[in-house]
Amino acid sequence: MSATTPEGRAVPLWKRLPVVKQLRRSVGLQRGMLVVGIVICAVFLIAAIFAPLIAPYGFGELSNKFGSFPRQASPDSTFIWGTTVGGYDVFSRVVWGARTAVSVVILAVVISVVIGVVLGLVSGYLGGWLDRVLVVIADAVYAFPSLLLAIVVSIVISGGNSSYIGGILSAAISITVVFVPQYFRVVRAEAVRLKSEAFVESSKVIGTSTSRIMFKHVLRNSTRSLPLILTLNASEAILTLASLGFLGFGIGPTAAAEWGYDLNNALSDAASGIWWTGLFPGLAIVMLVLGVTLVGESLNDLADPRLRTRRRARRKKSVVASTETTAGGSTGTGTTGPGTGTTEEATA
Amino acid sequence: MTVVNDTSPTAPSVGAPSKGKTRGGGLGRYVLIRFLLIFPTVFILVTLVFFLMRVVGNPITASVGGRLTPSQLQERLHAAGYDRPIIVQYGEYLGQLARGDFGTTLTDHQKISTILLTYGGATLELVFYGLIIALIVGVPLGMLAAYLRDRWPDVILRVFAIFTYATPVFFAGLLLQLVFSVWLGILPLGGRASTRVELALGNIPNPTGIYLIDAIRTGNGQIIGDVLLHAVMPATALGLITGGVFLRLVRTNVMGTLGAEYVDAARSRGVNEFRLVGAHALKPALIPIITVMGLQIAMLLGGSVLTETTFGWRGLGFELQQYLSARDFVAVQGIVALLAVIVAVTNFIVDVIAAFIDPRVRY
Repeated sequence: MSATTPEGRAVPLWKRLPVVKQLRRSVGLQRGMLVVGIVICAVFLIAAIFAPLIAPYGFGELSNKFGSFPRQASPDSTFIWGTTVGGYDVFSRVVWGARTAVSVVILAVVISVVIGVVLGLVSGYLGGWLDRVLVVIADAVYAFPSLLLAIVVSIVISGGNSSYIGGILSAAISITVVFVPQYFRVVRAEAVRLKSEAFVESSKVIGTSTSRIMFKHVLRNSTRSLPLILTLNASEAILTLASLGFLGFGIGPTAAAEWGYDLNNALSDAASGIWWTGLFPGLAIVMLVLGVTLVGESLNDLADPRLRTRRRARRKKSVVASTETTAGGSTGTGTTGPGTGTTEEATA
Repeated sequence: MTVVNDTSPTAPSVGAPSKGKTRGGGLGRYVLIRFLLIFPTVFILVTLVFFLMRVVGNPITASVGGRLTPSQLQERLHAAGYDRPIIVQYGEYLGQLARGDFGTTLTDHQKISTILLTYGGATLELVFYGLIIALIVGVPLGMLAAYLRDRWPDVILRVFAIFTYATPVFFAGLLLQLVFSVWLGILPLGGRASTRVELALGNIPNPTGIYLIDAIRTGNGQIIGDVLLHAVMPATALGLITGGVFLRLVRTNVMGTLGAEYVDAARSRGVNEFRLVGAHALKPALIPIITVMGLQIAMLLGGSVLTETTFGWRGLGFELQQYLSARDFVAVQGIVALLAVIVAVTNFIVDVIAAFIDPRVRY
C-alpha cells in the first residue's frame, strides 16, 4: 500500500501526523508495542472525557437514594471494585482519577514545553552570560531529586489545601518546574548546533531579524526530538502527580479523585488484608504510565534508524553503540549525568 | 561508609599530573574543579528553595497562623525575625548554612543537624540496600538481554524494565505487603526492626544508627536476621525502579561492546561465551553506569521519602513526611537543603570515581 507511494506524490495531512506517521512506518514487534500503547492511552482518555457517563457514582459521593454506601465493602455487583474506608466507590474514583491525571499531565507538559523551548532557544542562540547562568541553574535543578522540588513548589502554590482547579494547577506547575530543565537542555543543545549552520547565516545576510531566525528557522529545526521527550515526560508526570498525592499534596477527596491520595489511604487497609482499595488505583497508575511509555519508546525506536526494524532485510543488523533514550527523564540525555555536564563531550 | 573510603584517593591524584601529561588536563585539576562546582550547585538550590518558600509567606503563619490572635502572631514573627526585609533574612540564612546550621524545627524544636544524625543512618542504609538490589537485578539481566538481543527473553526483560519504571514505589510496596506479610506472613509489614530488637539495639554503646552494623556488633544472629528481614521489602520496592534503569543501560551498552572487534578476537581465541559477556563486554560498558549511578542515588533519595512513608521506615524521608503533614516548613526547608548538599557531594564522589576508572573523563 503505502510502501509503493512514490516520493513525489503528496501524502495526506493525517498520514503525516506524528503518531500516525510512525504507526505506518512500524512493523512487527515495534508496531505491536506502539499499538498496545496507543490503545491503553485511548482507554484512559475515554475514561477521562466520559467519566460522568462511565462512573456509576460521583468521586465524592457517599450515599444515594438507597442510603449511605457501606464502608470497606468487598467487590460485589453494586460496587464492582468495592468501597473505601470512607465509603467511596473505588471504581468511580478510579475513573474520575483518570480525568485528574490526564488534565494535570497535559497542562504540565504544555507549560513546560513552552517555557523550556523559549528559554532553550534564547539561551542557546543568544549565548552570553544569560546562557551560562541558565545552564548552571538548569543543571542544579536537574540533579536534584525531582520529587523534593515538586514538594517545595507544591507548598508554595497551594499551601497544601486546594480546590479542584487550584489542585490541578498546583500539581501541574510543580511538575513543570522539574521538566523545564529537560526541554531547556535539549533545545539549547540544538540551538547551539544550528546557529552555525549555513541557513542561519544566510538568513542573517539577507537581514532577517534575530527573533524571526530564532522562532522560525531555528525553532522548526530544533523540535525534532521533542515528541519523544514529551511522551516520556508525560509518564513521569503521572508518577510525580501520584507521588505528590501519596504524600498528601494531592487534591482532597471532595474536590476530585486522585490515585496517589487513594493509595495513601489504602496503606492501612492493606495491613488488614483489604486489597481492593489499593490495587485498582495502583493498577490504573501502572497501566497509564505503561501505555504512555510504550508510545514514547516506540517513537524513540522508530526515530532512530539504527533501532528501527525494517520491512525487508531484517536479518544481519549492524550492532551499534545505541543511543537509546532510557525511560524517564532521569537518564534522558543518555549516559552522562548533569553533574558531569562538561564531560559529555569527553566521553562521547 | 563508602563515602569515607572514596574521598581519600585524592592523595594519589597529587602525583597524577606527572604521568598524566600525555592525557591532557590532569586528574588533580579535574577533581579540584569538580569539587569547587559543588558550591554553586548547592548555593543555587538553597537559594531557590529559600525564595520559593518565602513566597508562601512565612513558616510561622503557615504552621500556627489560624490559632493565634494577630498581635500574638506579630510577636512571634518579630521574635523569629520574619518581619525584617527578605534580603536580610536571606543573608542570615546563608550565614547559618555556612556554619553548618540548617535551622531548628518549629514544631518540636529540634536542630536539623540532630535530625540528620538521628535518622540519616536509616536513610543511608535504605538507599544502600536499594542500590544493591538494583545492581543485582539490573546488571545480570541487562547482560542476558543484550546477549539474547531481539529474542523472546530480551522482549520479556524489556517489558519487565518498563513495568519497574511504571510502578510507583508505594504501589510496589503495597503489593509486597499484601502478598508477603498479610497473605503469606513471611515478612514483617514495616518498620526497621521488631520492638524487641529496637530496644536491644538502643542499648548498645555508641550506636551508629545503621541497624545492620549495630546488629553485627551485637554478634547476635537473631538480631541480624530480624534487621535483614525488615529490610527485604523496602529495599526491593525501592531498588526495582533503579534496577530497571540499570537493566536498560547495561543492555544498551553491552550490545555495543559485544559488537566490538576485541570481542570477536576473544571469541576466536576460544574464550567461553559466559566470560565473554560477563568480563570482556561488561567492563567497558560499566563506565556509563557508574556515572548514571550518581543520578540514580539522587533518585533513590527522592524515592526513599515514598518508601520510608510506605513502610514506616524511620529515616530522613519519613521525618520529612511527618513535618510536611505538620506544616512545619522550617523543618522541610532544612531537610531539603540538607539533601541538596548530600546530592551534590554524592555526585561529586561519583564523578571522581568515574574519572579514576575512565581516563577519557576530563574537563
